[in-house]
Amino acid sequence: MSTVAWVRRKRAAGRFWTDFRKQRAGVAGLVILAAAVVLALIAPLFIDAGVTNVVSGTGAKLAPPSPADPLGTDESGRSVLLMIWWGSRTSLLIGFLAALLSMVIGTVLGIAAGHFRGWVGAVILRITDWFLVLPSLVTALVLAAILGGSTATIIVAIGVTSWPSTARLIRAQTLAVEARPYIERSLALGAGHWHITTRHVLPNVAPLLLASTTLEVASAIVTESTLAFLGVSANKTSWGTMLRGSYDWGAATAGAWWYILVPGLCIVTVVMAFTLCGRALETVLNPRLRTRAHA
Amino acid sequence: MLEATDLHVEFPGRGGNRARAVDGVNLSVGAGEIVALVGESGCGKTTLARTLLGLERPTSGRVAYDGAPLSYTGRALRAFRRQVQLVLQDPMGSLNPRHTVYEAVAEGPRIHGLPDEESVVASALARAGLRPPERFFQRYPHELSGGQRQRVVIAGALALDPKVLIADEPVASLDASVRGEILALLLRLRDDLGLSALVVTHDLGLAWNIADRVAVMYLGRIVESGPTEDVLTNPQHPYTQALLSVLPESPNRIVLTGEPPDPTRVPAGCRFHPRCQLVAQGNGTAACGTQPLPILPAGTAVQVACHVAAP
Amino acid sequence: MLELDELTVKYRIAGGEVPAVRGVSLSVPAGEALGLAGESGSGKSSVALALLRLLPRSADVGGRVLLDGEDVLSMRWGRLRAVRWSSASIVFQGAQHGLNPVRRIGDQIAEPLLVHKLASGAVADRRVQELLSQVGLPAWRARSYPHELSGGQRQRVMIAMALACEPQLIIADEPTTALDLMVQAQVLTLIRRLIADHGISLLMISHDLSVLADVCDRLAVMYAGRLVEVGPSSGEFRHPYSQALAAAFPTVGDPASRLAPRGLAGDPPDPQQLPGGCAFHPRCPVALETCATSDVQLRASGAGRTAACVLVGE
Repeated sequence: MSTVAWVRRKRAAGRFWTDFRKQRAGVAGLVILAAAVVLALIAPLFIDAGVTNVVSGTGAKLAPPSPADPLGTDESGRSVLLMIWWGSRTSLLIGFLAALLSMVIGTVLGIAAGHFRGWVGAVILRITDWFLVLPSLVTALVLAAILGGSTATIIVAIGVTSWPSTARLIRAQTLAVEARPYIERSLALGAGHWHITTRHVLPNVAPLLLASTTLEVASAIVTESTLAFLGVSANKTSWGTMLRGSYDWGAATAGAWWYILVPGLCIVTVVMAFTLCGRALETVLNPRLRTRAHA
Repeated sequence: MLEATDLHVEFPGRGGNRARAVDGVNLSVGAGEIVALVGESGCGKTTLARTLLGLERPTSGRVAYDGAPLSYTGRALRAFRRQVQLVLQDPMGSLNPRHTVYEAVAEGPRIHGLPDEESVVASALARAGLRPPERFFQRYPHELSGGQRQRVVIAGALALDPKVLIADEPVASLDASVRGEILALLLRLRDDLGLSALVVTHDLGLAWNIADRVAVMYLGRIVESGPTEDVLTNPQHPYTQALLSVLPESPNRIVLTGEPPDPTRVPAGCRFHPRCQLVAQGNGTAACGTQPLPILPAGTAVQVACHVAAP
Repeated sequence: MLELDELTVKYRIAGGEVPAVRGVSLSVPAGEALGLAGESGSGKSSVALALLRLLPRSADVGGRVLLDGEDVLSMRWGRLRAVRWSSASIVFQGAQHGLNPVRRIGDQIAEPLLVHKLASGAVADRRVQELLSQVGLPAWRARSYPHELSGGQRQRVMIAMALACEPQLIIADEPTTALDLMVQAQVLTLIRRLIADHGISLLMISHDLSVLADVCDRLAVMYAGRLVEVGPSSGEFRHPYSQALAAAFPTVGDPASRLAPRGLAGDPPDPQQLPGGCAFHPRCPVALETCATSDVQLRASGAGRTAACVLVGE
């Protein structure tokens, strides 16, 4: 695009960052997230998948934290620390991708439901409502069981069951945006469906979407952990699988608190970080829109 | 240039009745002329304007541009949009608050794929009175004043080089001291570019200021039309006379009772007769309550739809 | 009846304050109607709200507002509540939003009566009927909801509410904006009749000088937080701004305004960035060089008229 648009983008980004910096909680969440992502990415430099190999466990079984294994070991003698580290890759990956899938489906169907009046919009709305009512966890379980528990199918299972709430939100916002006079002006200028949805509706919907997606990731990580705990996931390791392991091998009764606490804490911390970030994004992006238009 | 022939636009109303928003209108806007469409709220003037723009499809009758009837296919409509453009009432609402002035004005050229976008935008802004245009490129609507915003909207319409502008209450939400500038701009566009305009308004002073011809609408029909001097200084139709009489400086007030009736329940005979001051004074004719009036043709001479004034 | 003495209103915002009203002195004797004209940013709505201390907490109000001799700004809370609506009431701008959409009209008109303990039950109902007939609405309308009424009818309901406690002063803030010509005429006729019948003083605020000239005996024009002209409504305006404002609403039939719309260049000033000297000078068609540096106070200029311009006055 021309330099005019590029200048505008840079200015808008600068303004956004200044506002976001003022949200302490959000910045804290962002820092934690960044750390988690970086750690997950650099893991292959220090360890490899072999760490999950049951045979490679070097420590004593279910040993408490010690200098050799700072977070203790699991039932096969593998270091909990290394497992957590390696498992973060799976958990975060599934979380991000599932949320992305859910967001894409939700946005497309939400905007379509809001933009097209008449029977098209009504049909999409009814489909959305149907999926909304479906108990998401049960459906995800069933899907994962049928499709097998690989990473890809877990992502699909979560994505396909969590898009309806996003869709409803986006649809409501689309209806609000389309009621404004500048949409009529656009129509009078000769705009078609594509132009109106991409150049007017989408940018106005984007802030809501961004905030909603961050929260969605948090929810996806929890769902993944739940599915793994329930034994559906075929993953070698993720935080949820570790919790499953701790359950299977009686960590609680054996007093191996590190095996339960550490994966649990990781889940909670990351989810919390996403939530803080998401809320901060909502605060920054939405009222700004309102104060802008207030003039 | 732009012509409506025997136009009827109906909407499904509340309670199952059809609301006859436009109930038979012949109207034409010639090259280089400004026509004011005057009436109260609910008379159908906004619906008529939107139908002339192709944003609304008529129930019957047709809209023609340059002699050719408007067809409602995507392609034909897009070509039509390059010739006839819209300026809305509320400049703040008409502009997307997240788009800069540049993007707002460039929207039309982008949709139609016009080349040399930046110079088209600059020249449109300059013609609308925002100089130097480059200074406004990066501004947002909320950073501008009401008058400047309306100029941006006008620039957005001018960017497509139309021949006709349809303006719906273009100065109603602007400050009084700024109105004159925007109205002067419309006149200048007519003089310099030969632009025609149809200005929809309830403000008779505005019509006096800039219109060549005036058409008065009541309940979906045009009841009087003609050159501005004639219609506004020597009105023939009782409704026009009443409207002019309630302007603040006029001596004799004829204040009509009641409100403009519902478009779902159009009175029989002359649709104005229940509120007509002539009928109330006993000066109506027998036909007023029983015989409907014919639709006025789209001429430039004075014409009136009234049993008393033009039997 | 009403006297404003150097009224000032400043809004506190992040990073400073906005001087919305910079010293306004007016008086409205009993039974008289005064029109206050101005555009956006002139401060006229702030004046209206300041009269009954209805401004938000972020507003600093200075000067005095004497209602029948008592200073509203220094009243105790209890006295203020008693005075509100029973001595002076307001007809707000935008009747659509002034009415509660989920309550019936009759209940809303009766509300001031109940709050001020002037009437209740059957007595209140009778008073509501009386008020409805005074504003020209049929009695059965008391059972309607606001959305069932048209804009003009809602405005009449607002006027009925303002009359409920028989105040001595009514402040009407843009009562006819957004109404059609004919409905506007009906509402103005109603207002004129009511103030004549009941001897109520009226302070009417509008941006339309011709509407004000119609109803009010005297006019005051505000610009950038100050009065620039005060005088009888009949008679010529002397201040260049008032003249421009009057010219913006041309008289139909006047050949001088045919195809010659008149307006001012530029825009009404931002209260946070007022020009130096006379606030109007950047837009003034007859500004002198001294106008950019020296401010002008209201000075006498003709019979019963004052204007704040270097070029008028003796």
